[in-house]
Amino acid sequence: MKKSAVLMSLLLCSGSGAAIAADVPAAAAAGKNVFEIRCAPCHAAGLGGDPGRDHLPGTDALRIKYKGTTVPALLERRTDLTEPVLKVYLRHGSWSMPPFRKTEVSDADIANLAAYFAVTSLAAERK
Amino acid sequence: MYTVQHARDLQCKGMPRPELFRAARSCYGVGDHQHRLFLHEMPFGPLTCLVVGAECVCYRESVINNKGDAMTILPPGVSARQFAKALAEFAAVVGPDWVLSSEEDLQPYRDHFSLLKDQPDELQASAAVCPADVAQVQAIVRIANRYKTPLFAISTGKNFAYGGPAPNVRGSVTVDLKRMNRVLELDEKRHFVLVEPGVSYMDLYRYIQERNLKVWVDTADVGWGGLMGNALEHGVGYTLGPYRDHFSAHCGMEVVLPDGELMRTGMGALPGSGGWQDYKHGFGPDPAGLFAQGGFGIVVKMGFRLMPQPEHWRTGLVTVPKRRDLIPMVDTVNYLTDLFIIGEPLYGSPLRILREDKAFLQAADSFDEAALDRVAAEHSLHSWQVELQFYGSEKTTLANWEWAKELMLRNIPGAQCFDGESLPVPVTQEQIERSTRPYPAPYASQMRRNVMHGVPKLYAWWMPSRTDDFPDSWNQSHLGLFSVVGRSGAAVLQAQRDFDRVARDMGSKPAMPYAISTPLNWNQSAFLLGNGAFGSATRNEATPQSKLDQLKLLREVLKRNAAMGYGDYRAPPLLQDAVADQYSFNNHALRRFNERLKDAADPNGILLPGRGGIWPKALRALRGAIRK
Repeated sequence: MKKSAVLMSLLLCSGSGAAIAADVPAAAAAGKNVFEIRCAPCHAAGLGGDPGRDHLPGTDALRIKYKGTTVPALLERRTDLTEPVLKVYLRHGSWSMPPFRKTEVSDADIANLAAYFAVTSLAAERK
Repeated sequence: MYTVQHARDLQCKGMPRPELFRAARSCYGVGDHQHRLFLHEMPFGPLTCLVVGAECVCYRESVINNKGDAMTILPPGVSARQFAKALAEFAAVVGPDWVLSSEEDLQPYRDHFSLLKDQPDELQASAAVCPADVAQVQAIVRIANRYKTPLFAISTGKNFAYGGPAPNVRGSVTVDLKRMNRVLELDEKRHFVLVEPGVSYMDLYRYIQERNLKVWVDTADVGWGGLMGNALEHGVGYTLGPYRDHFSAHCGMEVVLPDGELMRTGMGALPGSGGWQDYKHGFGPDPAGLFAQGGFGIVVKMGFRLMPQPEHWRTGLVTVPKRRDLIPMVDTVNYLTDLFIIGEPLYGSPLRILREDKAFLQAADSFDEAALDRVAAEHSLHSWQVELQFYGSEKTTLANWEWAKELMLRNIPGAQCFDGESLPVPVTQEQIERSTRPYPAPYASQMRRNVMHGVPKLYAWWMPSRTDDFPDSWNQSHLGLFSVVGRSGAAVLQAQRDFDRVARDMGSKPAMPYAISTPLNWNQSAFLLGNGAFGSATRNEATPQSKLDQLKLLREVLKRNAAMGYGDYRAPPLLQDAVADQYSFNNHALRRFNERLKDAADPNGILLPGRGGIWPKALRALRGAIRK
């Protein structure tokens, strides 16, 4: 929760916050919840930030996929995961990532996830 | 009747490709003041728009596949117009947002790993209906009866390797129960939980953690799975025997029957009983088994026994030198298992590290037992190992491990025992993920500690994924193939030879010699042996043709296995008829009996037709019909 609060503060203080709708922090907070329940079991960072095949197959698959590029393996550091992009991956799946039904991840969940990634990628860029 | 509007005047959700929509060649409407239905002749085929009140949903009776060809998906024997009316009635029950029929919405209802992916006869749903409660499930079943529309029920999880969410009959309407996701009751003192279909292992684990309850979840390998769906497919877990056979661990069901009536099993049939989850048998014949791997009803509530959290967890490894030592080793493990002393035992062969050794491979390929023992001795290796685990207190787990060692050393000359780990429960995440193991090289642990501690994770999902060894491919036909083998060392040694012979006959070779394949003791009283040459085998050549070839091959393997007395425990829809064919005693008396029951209970044959190889009269011609 502390991390989330820091990220929200980052967003609000970033200057870009003014260009984003006032309810974005709420959407991002909801998106964080979706991420933790639906995405993190496969796509989180491992203990100590070390993603490993044995424990986080999504993170590991993206590590291999984007080897030699600047695209990070961790979703929370990606800057390109907008709502339409997320929708394609979530509804259609990609390789070993299966598609998810609306009863599992709703369209609203996807919008919130996009809001969350917008915050986390901003924080990652500032590091 | 009402005045027909033109298609372009409608603002509809799920409308695929608006530019085509405007190009509709004709438009006509039917319906009443509640449900207005528009059928549009589109360049790609008929498009139906359903208006319920102010809401409007569009769906296609034809979809365009990735090659641009139209693929019609309708329930068998149901006209487009009748089907549209059925969907209108479903929408009136669950709301238009929860009748899903656009191409995009139906993508996740396909089997991501289907051997018929993108083929015109791929098993796909025509629509999905997502009820929020039991009354809605009942209403859906009654509507389906009126329109003779087959239903296929799914709960939560993915069911990958066994067909995913795809139905047995192309064009079925999928009843997606995920929205029914409440933990209805959890008793920490009597050790049970009553759940709705949409509760996953991860959901239940979170529920338990948030309340600091002292019970465990016996989870499937991939934690997104659901308690109910996994149990009804005879899925398994990894803790103590009574819990890891998930269907056997169930304790009472509430079921919507094929006519829409609601029934409870066991003590649930007694109004006001306080012991529904305590005594699952009730009185008289218990039909609970009909609802697993079968289409006799839609289960909407299900109870499960939960393992109380132990105070301590301990492991130990036993190795035995000679090939034939597997027999007394299994006998000893069975003794400990059936006294409920140990959790899941993990068998393996230390000889795996010789997979590049010529002398070993020659001995293994010819099943030359003397030569295998000689090669093992030359490398100072034992032939077999089993990892044991004990749940209890620190003292009782130690005493039980000491006793297990005593039995092994007494029963098997030359056996060696190595102390494993000894951890207070609950273990930490760091302890779960720790990769070091206490055994001396070359002996290795095969234990995935999260499932042994009832912690649902997705660790196992690396299997179909890209890996460092295969960075540019994924396993597009991830598929489970496990045969039931007698729970003895002698039966395992015989099955190894039998499976090897079939593989050779079929021109296949496993990654590891069958001579050192070991059984899985997922079910307390049974062994399952993986069919290494034929399961997930097409990582590098997943073309449409290679998948069709694999389907043909698998059906032949199942036939040959049955001729030797081996039957599979679970299968995807494409193989369910072939597996059901294996169980043929007395001219398929079991299947004939089940189908007599099916015809009586479900005269319209609308509930999960074909599931488990049980076909209703109206659709019996479909048995084994796909790519036969």
